[in-house]
Amino acid sequence: MIWQLDLILLVFVIVCAVASITVKDLLSSAIIFGAYSFFMCLLWAEMGSVDVAFTEASVGAGISTVFFIAAVFQTTRRTKD
Amino acid sequence: MIAHFEDVIIQTVCRILLPFIQLYGLYVIAHGHHSPGGGFQGGVILGASFILFCVAYDIKEAKRRMSEKLDTMFCSLGLIIYSGIGIICLVLGGNYLNYSRLHHILPVNPIDARSMGILGIEIGVGITVMAVMISLFLNLVSSGEHEEGLQ
Repeated sequence: MIWQLDLILLVFVIVCAVASITVKDLLSSAIIFGAYSFFMCLLWAEMGSVDVAFTEASVGAGISTVFFIAAVFQTTRRTKD
Repeated sequence: MIAHFEDVIIQTVCRILLPFIQLYGLYVIAHGHHSPGGGFQGGVILGASFILFCVAYDIKEAKRRMSEKLDTMFCSLGLIIYSGIGIICLVLGGNYLNYSRLHHILPVNPIDARSMGILGIEIGVGITVMAVMISLFLNLVSSGEHEEGLQ
């Protein structure tokens, strides 16, 4: 574990998490959530848990982003609140 | 919904890339029991390759390659492989999913029988996860109509 790299990745994870729930455009929110999953995957790989990182990369960054985009196209782009 | 358009670059790149994605998914399933990966991740990669095909072409073309009937049959086939291996272990006198009992019907010693048993489980999980991911995508993107989707 390299704590400097850990800290940088954690800052990116928190920035992506906050941005993904505050942005008004739902399509942007889905894309930022994919970026959040990717940084989470890098963080897990850096901490030595390669199997969890693999699952996060394939399910979190791959499939769930496609599902979110498919769900956004069935509803509206903008949030109401 | 987005109008359908034919893009020769996207379709050609998708056609070239698809076999390699599917080969990688099969690699992840086959090496799941002694390296990172496994049935779930490999099944998701196999499902993602088919979703890429649905996005690059259209849903009618994709359903001509894999119909809903075949998809449901794959979904059940993986579950049958999983529970079948477990019940075979039960019949051979062990606990449910105790793979070392499989050395009575396989020509290997009990240690290798454990490796073969978990490989069968990974294959079953991979088939089911692939079929469920394809079914989830098709129902989500076309709101159950299976007529048109993200193209």
